[in-house]
Amino acid sequence: MIKNFKPALAAAAVSLAMLSQTAMAAEEQFFPLIDYRVGPYGSNGQAFYGGFIDYLNYVNLKEKGVNGVQLTYEECETEYNNAKGVECYERLKAKAKVSSGPIHTMSTGISYALIDKSAQDKLPLAMMGYGRTDAVDGSVFPYAFPLVTTYQMQASAIIKFIKDKNAGNLAGKKIVYLYHDSAYGKEAIIAMEAEASLNKFTLVQVPVAHPGNEQGAQWLKIRQEKPDYVVFWGWGVMNQTALKAAQKVGYPRDQMIGSWWTGSEEDVVPAGEAAKGYMAATWNVSGKQVPVIADIEKVVYGANKGNLQDKAKIGTVLYNRGVSAAVLSIEAIRKAQEKYGKGKAMTGEQVRWALENLNITDARLKTLGATDLLPEIKTSCDNHEGSGKVKIQQWDGAKWVPISGWIEGNKALIHPLFQASAKQYAKEKGITPRDCSKEK
Amino acid sequence: MLYREAGQFKTTYAADQQIFPIRQDRIGIIALLVVAFIGVPLFASEYWFSAILIPFLIFALAAIGLNVLTGYAGQLSLGSAAFMAVGAYAAYNFQLRIEGIPILVSFVLAGLTAAGVGILFGLPSLRIKGFYLAVATLAAQFFIVWCLTKFPWLSNNSSSGVISTQKLIFFGHELTTPVEKYLLVLSVVVVLALAAKNMVRSSTGRAWMAVRDMDVAASVIGIKLMPTKLLAFAVSSFYCGVAGAMYAFCYLGSVEPDGFSLEMSFKILFMIIIGGVGSIMGSFLGAAFILLLPIFLDVALPFVADLFGLPFASATVSHIQITVFGALIMFFLIVEPHGLARLWQIAKEKLRLWPFPH
Repeated sequence: MIKNFKPALAAAAVSLAMLSQTAMAAEEQFFPLIDYRVGPYGSNGQAFYGGFIDYLNYVNLKEKGVNGVQLTYEECETEYNNAKGVECYERLKAKAKVSSGPIHTMSTGISYALIDKSAQDKLPLAMMGYGRTDAVDGSVFPYAFPLVTTYQMQASAIIKFIKDKNAGNLAGKKIVYLYHDSAYGKEAIIAMEAEASLNKFTLVQVPVAHPGNEQGAQWLKIRQEKPDYVVFWGWGVMNQTALKAAQKVGYPRDQMIGSWWTGSEEDVVPAGEAAKGYMAATWNVSGKQVPVIADIEKVVYGANKGNLQDKAKIGTVLYNRGVSAAVLSIEAIRKAQEKYGKGKAMTGEQVRWALENLNITDARLKTLGATDLLPEIKTSCDNHEGSGKVKIQQWDGAKWVPISGWIEGNKALIHPLFQASAKQYAKEKGITPRDCSKEK
Repeated sequence: MLYREAGQFKTTYAADQQIFPIRQDRIGIIALLVVAFIGVPLFASEYWFSAILIPFLIFALAAIGLNVLTGYAGQLSLGSAAFMAVGAYAAYNFQLRIEGIPILVSFVLAGLTAAGVGILFGLPSLRIKGFYLAVATLAAQFFIVWCLTKFPWLSNNSSSGVISTQKLIFFGHELTTPVEKYLLVLSVVVVLALAAKNMVRSSTGRAWMAVRDMDVAASVIGIKLMPTKLLAFAVSSFYCGVAGAMYAFCYLGSVEPDGFSLEMSFKILFMIIIGGVGSIMGSFLGAAFILLLPIFLDVALPFVADLFGLPFASATVSHIQITVFGALIMFFLIVEPHGLARLWQIAKEKLRLWPFPH
């Protein structure tokens, strides 16, 4: 029995080896997509990952991949659940160890859970606009990249925007920070406090318990406080509720400025008329006037390879955000190929190097057709953020209109906070930080 | 056939009262332990350890905890996840604030802290029962999560409330690989499961069951209700607390209060309902069912879809997975309302009477 079995086994092994060889011949760059399309935030995930996958297909169709390397991906559904996220990561890890693009989880909780694991497995973890923000300090977090900008820098940029509106002086003003009482909402407090003591305005913190569909007490307090501005850090159903509540107590919406997770179509459309005039920060503009978005619709959806079932989502804030995440990821792959060999699949380690040495100028963004889709980005070992800039956009009742240029947060104030926090993390975990001056 | 007991004579009371009176069971459990301790580490992949075996063992432990309270003492609780949170945060703080404390000691202290909190929230059980008690434990669920978010000291002033656990140092050796973590979790779970099994066979366990079956009658025959109920709460919370500490330290590595949501409490409750209320083995079967079946479906469905050439998007797979999972829960509850453990018991009875099962 076993004797008969052996040749068969050998044949199978040979054919398997041949199979893997043919697979090797056509280089493929793998993207582990730890994403979510169902669950409480499913509609956000559909738009974001729809944009991400559409851009991968766009590069495949338009340029036959990155220097001939086809982009492939595998999705794993997390439902925005940390434990499922870890399971997905472990499942996709075997494939990702061969070649891996940056991992985007679009969840702070999952990023936190993966931060140690990904460093151990040498896989780059991107956290665009969420996640462990002190990973800006790359000396302690070599494999984690809070790209583009962080909550703290965003808060600082919003304050700067308000300051500019008030002729550069905020002394004596009162600003309410209305936030989702969770890790997400609390991240920015430290920056708001620093800004308050620097600019001498009064900061009033008003937490809203999850999920935030009841805010009567909070808005009563806001009415009593009569703040000059409300800076608003909401999530999911909390956003529309806040806008409706503001309308009810007669608080002007054009004095409310939200974070980038409160500034998508999903947040304002359900609030109807109450949302008009409301402002929010964003690092990517919405709309199809961005050339690459229009081109994706033409090329990818023209070839019937689009990922979205609901085409109306093309050009929304979150869809464009997904595209911007993919643009950055592909640029990192390109950069890595420049150093480690064009036309080859890049490993996580090589992509990590590229993410740390990104330099995407406006000129480059223009060639990509992504002008204004995202700000210029230049990363380094001690700055994994790379930009720290946002735009403020305003909802005119039908669409988001950018009303400012790129605003950079107060780096001198905020970045030392990251370094202090990263240092504490390194101490707790017994990590010896890299010497950034020796990295190249 | 398999379970022929001919020739197995018990000559002492001790032999008659042991956990596994049938020799085949003893051999089976020893084989299982050998496989778990030696076989699995030799053959399983990293994915199996980090994504399947470790969470399975941790949730089985939490389910044992809830089973002590709900299955044996009859007190319905919806706060298991909150007690796990207490354990996780307590272990973190013990590690943080006491220099050089061994990890196992901080797990035990975490369990004791959770037990203390459990007793506190068990107090209403002296006056209220059934669904009303469930609502009272619901308060624990919300209060503890709120408390962990509210007081930054508990998360060492982390700006986000998320804690990132310290290194696992075990007798001077740092546990980094999934295999080592798995062995640690497995050892703790085996010891605590054995303790639980013995507890429920002792007079304590009989007192719990008496209270469960009818508390008035229990007090008439001389069981003091208050200590009995509170002990059940304490033991249950201890188990959940240790499970929570391991959930943070050995599984995720970083946790936030919101992670220990009501949904997780329900999940643990479903584990014991599916697995078998009032059964230690049921806790393991239930944890396996609730935790592993979705993963299995997740992996298997795309294969099946490929086989029939159906174009499945990843969202569709998730939806189908949820539907199939729900249908299977209903199927098992209809086939055997007393859970998988009872199913196994029936199978065993039939095997013992083989070839004439009735």
